[in-house]
Amino acid sequence: MADTARDAPPEQTDFHELEDGEELFPEPATTQESQPASLAAEDISTNSNGPKQDSLFDDDPEDLFAEATEEVSLDSPERDVLLSDGPSPAITPITPPTSVITPRIGHTHDDMFTHSSFDEIEEEEGGDSFDIHISVSDPEKVGEYMTSMSLFKRNEFAVKRRFSDFLGLHSKLASKYLHIGYIVPPAPEKSIVGMTKVKVGKEDQSSNEFVEKRRSALERYLMRTVKHPILLKDPDVLQFLESSELPRAVSTQALSSAGLLRMVNKAADAVNKMTIKMNESDAWFEEKQQHFENLDVQLRKLHTSVESLVCHRKELSVNTAQFAKSAAMLGNSEDHTALSRALSQLAEVEEKIDQLHQDQANADFYLFSELLGDYVRLLTAVKGVFDHRMKTWQKWQDSQMLLQKKREAEAKLQFTNKPDKLQQAKDEIKELEGKVQQGERDFEQISKTIRKEVSRFEKERVKDFKTIIIKYLESLVQTQQQVNKTVSDIFHHN
Amino acid sequence: MTSIDENSKEKLRSVSVDLNHDASLLIDIPDALCERDKVKFTVHTKTTLSSFQKPDFSVPRQHEDFIWLHDTLVETEDYAGLIIPPAPPKPDFDSPRDKMHKLGEGEATMTKEEYTKMKQELEAEYLAVFKKTVQVHEVFLQRLSSHPVLSKDRNFQIFLEYDQDLSVRRKNAKEMFGGFFKNMVKSADEVLISGVKEVDDFFEQEKTFLLDYYSKIKDSTAKAEKMTRAHKNIADDYIHISATLNSLAADDMTANKKNLEKLSDLFEKFRKVEGRVASDQDLKLTELLRYYMRDIQAAKDLLYRRARALADYENSNKALDKARLKSKDIPQAEEHQRQCLQKFDKLSESGKKELTSFKGRRVVAFRKNFIEMAELEIKHAKNSVALLQGCIELLKSN
Repeated sequence: MADTARDAPPEQTDFHELEDGEELFPEPATTQESQPASLAAEDISTNSNGPKQDSLFDDDPEDLFAEATEEVSLDSPERDVLLSDGPSPAITPITPPTSVITPRIGHTHDDMFTHSSFDEIEEEEGGDSFDIHISVSDPEKVGEYMTSMSLFKRNEFAVKRRFSDFLGLHSKLASKYLHIGYIVPPAPEKSIVGMTKVKVGKEDQSSNEFVEKRRSALERYLMRTVKHPILLKDPDVLQFLESSELPRAVSTQALSSAGLLRMVNKAADAVNKMTIKMNESDAWFEEKQQHFENLDVQLRKLHTSVESLVCHRKELSVNTAQFAKSAAMLGNSEDHTALSRALSQLAEVEEKIDQLHQDQANADFYLFSELLGDYVRLLTAVKGVFDHRMKTWQKWQDSQMLLQKKREAEAKLQFTNKPDKLQQAKDEIKELEGKVQQGERDFEQISKTIRKEVSRFEKERVKDFKTIIIKYLESLVQTQQQVNKTVSDIFHHN
Repeated sequence: MTSIDENSKEKLRSVSVDLNHDASLLIDIPDALCERDKVKFTVHTKTTLSSFQKPDFSVPRQHEDFIWLHDTLVETEDYAGLIIPPAPPKPDFDSPRDKMHKLGEGEATMTKEEYTKMKQELEAEYLAVFKKTVQVHEVFLQRLSSHPVLSKDRNFQIFLEYDQDLSVRRKNAKEMFGGFFKNMVKSADEVLISGVKEVDDFFEQEKTFLLDYYSKIKDSTAKAEKMTRAHKNIADDYIHISATLNSLAADDMTANKKNLEKLSDLFEKFRKVEGRVASDQDLKLTELLRYYMRDIQAAKDLLYRRARALADYENSNKALDKARLKSKDIPQAEEHQRQCLQKFDKLSESGKKELTSFKGRRVVAFRKNFIEMAELEIKHAKNSVALLQGCIELLKSN
């Protein structure tokens, strides 16, 4: 080697310090403050696997009811019963061809995804059915009101319901209450793609996720429905929650003729809405409608951003896992012992972190994203209620105009000599006057109801958001603390 | 003119341990100018060596000049037994430029505030790429200046000192060598290295190790980069979320307004933390892996050159035997064989030294960076927790 006038590169000395047996990650020189015991935050479950939502009702003094928990579990009714059901004479459901093979998917309460009966792919079931347990926090009488109203026979009970039952419930409630101004929470949407995968027996990550997503959505739907003081007392709701057998709701299948009819009606409504020009005498309504329009736009935007966040976080989790594997291979390849061990440790840490990212992505989704999605759908119901008010007004106006016309006609008839026709006209007018009065009453009633509903909705919304956002932030805290712990452990492992 | 101050340079100097120790030759890049696609570096030298004309001077250099210097060193026979520090990669502003373009297209869909924040974020990214490229060029020169043999190279001196445009010299050099060596290396490496019988255990082990390690580290670099990019995407999402929350707060007339504002503020701070997590991981992990990937390629090149020298020696042996058989030109053949052997021995001896010190360098750099990265991750996690808990408190108290 050519002689050198300069010293060997300074790194040489460093190298000799680090013997093969030495560890790469020494105890850190800086003192690390010990983490507070808030790591035991495991009771804040990010997946709503049947949480007991007890604390939600505390604040409201007007709420006379304390909570108990009621389990509503869904299961497919006995297959034999189904097969013996003849098709309903009124409606012949058009079952999509993919529903031919419908296995029963069993879940137990504690372990969400034990597919015990997954292999039983035998008989045909017409509807979508699966077995999940959800908890619904339900108000129960306490104190002095215990005896006067016995809404529920027992404190805690479980019933099995199918997805179509939920849709049926919603459809009944909507037809009863929407047009008089009550904000009926919308039911979760049907997903033909998702359900098909599940029915075909695809036992993989995405169909598990789909089932969990649906379960969570149904739980939230029921929660919102029973939080509504009027809806809670509705006999359909009570029957839904209590009775062991429900008549099968056949008109809820997506591709059924009833379903198509519904779609046509919706379209007709939309057209009508455009043609009604209402003289708004009450600025409150105009203001509120505008407010909800804006809110809708913003929430949709936020929802999109959060969905993007979920997607990216899942990506991060996958990428981290891949990196962990790669680092492990690199560690295997490394011939310097301490560095090899360090690389393996790095791989382990990254693997744990990838799991944390995955969990966080779930929290992002189930807490934040689904909350926003729910409210986007709820706002549709709210807007619907305002539309119904317009329709009610229109009806009233129509009756008034008709009355006017009839009065004019009657006046004309006064001068003719047709006593029969005159009497008929007078009768008609009387009837119409009644109608007009009713129309006005309806309009005032729906306006009054909407005011109350909107105020209740807004209060609920604020409370809902706050509660869930806090939960979400707490999930973020937990993730960060776990990251901290996982990385710090490198230093202590040696 | 973008100045890089000492402080930020300290933070960036991550992939190699301090190279600028020897006061007899200190090199740094204090300034760099970005003109469209071209980056102009100001190479500043401070020296006590008499071989230089002045003790303190600066010259402007382009990326292509660095490549020229690297290639001439590679093609210098005398340095065949050395690991030539890898050439710095070309400055790549494509990624932030594309993003800036997309941002411009999407401007209509976001609020003014959101747009400003995204733009700031992109400008920061641009700056980060810029700083990285300055660092990597600087480290290249510092590796040379701290090498006992390479620091004395005449071309290196020219590079540092020549106060006019190097492009003329570059063209001449290209004509002279025609990239012959480089092409040879690129095309025949694996065949050469596997075909030649290895006599030395040390080199046999090194060969196996380096080949395997190279492919693994290349893979790790790619995966680390994907991780970093995912972090950046999440930071961007937080910007959008924060902005929309702000809009919601603006429209809200109830007591909820304050909550929404706090939340918006939280996500804004959160995205800054996430951004720092991304850039720290980028510098301490991805860049580290990338640098050593190139360094390992340089070590592999050394092995190839040695393998070629061994092949030459074996060929010279065969030529000598032939000459002896024919009884013709024996002294030339003998001389040739002696030279080949001498060259091969020289290569082997210096190669062993270089590879050993390379391993040491790698271990130290990895250790330093891993520890720093872990410490930073812990710091960021703690920060996040504090931010989050603060916000939770505020929300709960309202």
